[in-house]
Amino acid sequence: MRRKWSEMALALGALVVSAAAYAVPPSAEMLSNACAGCHGTSGASAGPSMPSLAGQSKAFFVDAMKKFRSGEREATVMGRLAKGYSDEQINMMADYFAKQKPQGQGTAVDPALVAKGKTVYNEACKRCHLENGKEFEEDTPIVAGQWLKYLQIQMGEFQSGKRKMSEKKAEKVKSLTSADWEAVAHFYASQK
Amino acid sequence: MTMERRNFLKLLGAGAGAATLGLAGCASQPKYAGGRKVVVIGGGYGGTIAAKYLRMMDATIEVTLIERNDHYISGPFSNLYLGGILADMSSLTIKHDKLAANHGIKVVQAEVTGIDAAAHSVTTSKGVFNYDSLVVSPGIEFRTDEIKGYDPEIMPHAWKAGPQTVLLRKQLEAMKPGGTVVLSIPLAPYRCPPGPYERTSMIAMYLKEHKPGSRIIVLDANPDIVSKKGLFLKGWKKHYDGIIDYRPAKKVTEVDNKNMAVLIEGIDEVKGDVINIIPPQKAGHIAHVAGLVGADGKWCPVNPMTFESTLKKDIYVIGDSSVAGAMPKSGYSANSEAKVCATNIVAKMNSRPLTEMSGVNTCYSFLSAKEAVSVTGVYQVNKEKNVIEPVPGSVGVSPDLSELEAVYAQSWIKNILTEMSS
Repeated sequence: MRRKWSEMALALGALVVSAAAYAVPPSAEMLSNACAGCHGTSGASAGPSMPSLAGQSKAFFVDAMKKFRSGEREATVMGRLAKGYSDEQINMMADYFAKQKPQGQGTAVDPALVAKGKTVYNEACKRCHLENGKEFEEDTPIVAGQWLKYLQIQMGEFQSGKRKMSEKKAEKVKSLTSADWEAVAHFYASQK
Repeated sequence: MTMERRNFLKLLGAGAGAATLGLAGCASQPKYAGGRKVVVIGGGYGGTIAAKYLRMMDATIEVTLIERNDHYISGPFSNLYLGGILADMSSLTIKHDKLAANHGIKVVQAEVTGIDAAAHSVTTSKGVFNYDSLVVSPGIEFRTDEIKGYDPEIMPHAWKAGPQTVLLRKQLEAMKPGGTVVLSIPLAPYRCPPGPYERTSMIAMYLKEHKPGSRIIVLDANPDIVSKKGLFLKGWKKHYDGIIDYRPAKKVTEVDNKNMAVLIEGIDEVKGDVINIIPPQKAGHIAHVAGLVGADGKWCPVNPMTFESTLKKDIYVIGDSSVAGAMPKSGYSANSEAKVCATNIVAKMNSRPLTEMSGVNTCYSFLSAKEAVSVTGVYQVNKEKNVIEPVPGSVGVSPDLSELEAVYAQSWIKNILTEMSS
């Protein structure tokens, strides 16, 4: 490649430079700004079924994008869109969103379900979704403060088997009822 | 790639030969000596975002947004109002006051009457505004001269959301059961490629629920369904069998307002109780006045890296009016193009190198009250051809009608309108 560029420089000389001003490859901001049409400015989503990306764990973002891209994680539009980005670009976007300030959405939640969800959380979830879902471990996402509707869709997909779980997660949640899942969704959504 | 380009630049910068060729200094953007005033024309999908991101990226730039109305109504989702999913268009209506306050944008409600590219000034109904860079995002205008006798008060286009959309819905409501709706689709390119087929679906849904025995005849000037063909055909068969009569390669060239009929190439005549004519389109009016329109007389050629007009320096054209290569004329494209444009105006004004564009499009279409489909794409510039192309693999449509996509579509419209208005 190095040789090719030098050849180009010699062969085309001034033409290369005068034809198009030199531009740097798409920056993290350039790549990430394009996501905001669906995920909100700086990744703070205003749409109840769309996850906020602001403040998300870098490792989780990278893992999710790569699973979308390979088809390992079933998706609607993300399976197609993820194919538009290289590993390096996915890393850049992950860095960008991890640095953005997370915004709790203040979704209306059911207080009784939040209380029940807290109990379920303590029993089944807190080892990996640390600090009431505000912190992460390895490739787990930050789930605290996400939209209720988004959490419900994802938890529904875990229960139906549409979204695959790690063995660890599957073991932890195997005794949960659908009412338990619903309660945990309310609990996470209630976190600021 | 980064390393290789860096080496390339080193090579250019290093040799004495480069200097004699006049290459020295070309590795970065030329030193900018102009002012920091940007005027943005148009308060829709493109203009609001250009204004906002300019200010987000560089608060030393003074931004004035000029919009003719005191509000903006989204074209995307307005078909859902025609179908009856939305009772009104209030959820599709944005104001610009919060955007102005949050980002320090000066919003002026005025009609733009002229652009003087040499003097760098915009003339409006409320005075003259000088600019260092100008962003033009005026949407579309209709080529009504190509349809003889066309009167939008009788046969609405409803292709700019607002009173026209309300008129079309009222006409549908007033139609007798067993009536005929005629929908005319122009030759591509036009605003929102899947839009006319979504509209067909939404009107058919309305007829099925409220006007038994009615049907919709679709006269498409194109040789076939332009976008998401398989999905629309599947949805139409599933939900509206016998209601939709789709006829390809039927270009409406004349209307008979008295007899409520349209003529196709001056030969066939088709009558309707309600006639919705989406006329062929071109760049917004002001783009023509300002000399931004290319040799085709319709659309504005731009540098695909920056969206700067190839015809007028320091004027940028984004959204439906521009020729953006493979990016469709959609709301999402306009949003994405606005950010690319803003990024590179900021780069220019700070004497920094330009950033290569990366853009996204996602368009949802509703087939029924609960099902939607989408088309997506990630876009970049092919530097050899100097044109915007899709990144391979990123362009595609939904595998099937999807209730989940309808749920996501509802959040898409909420997010993109929030982004434009706050």
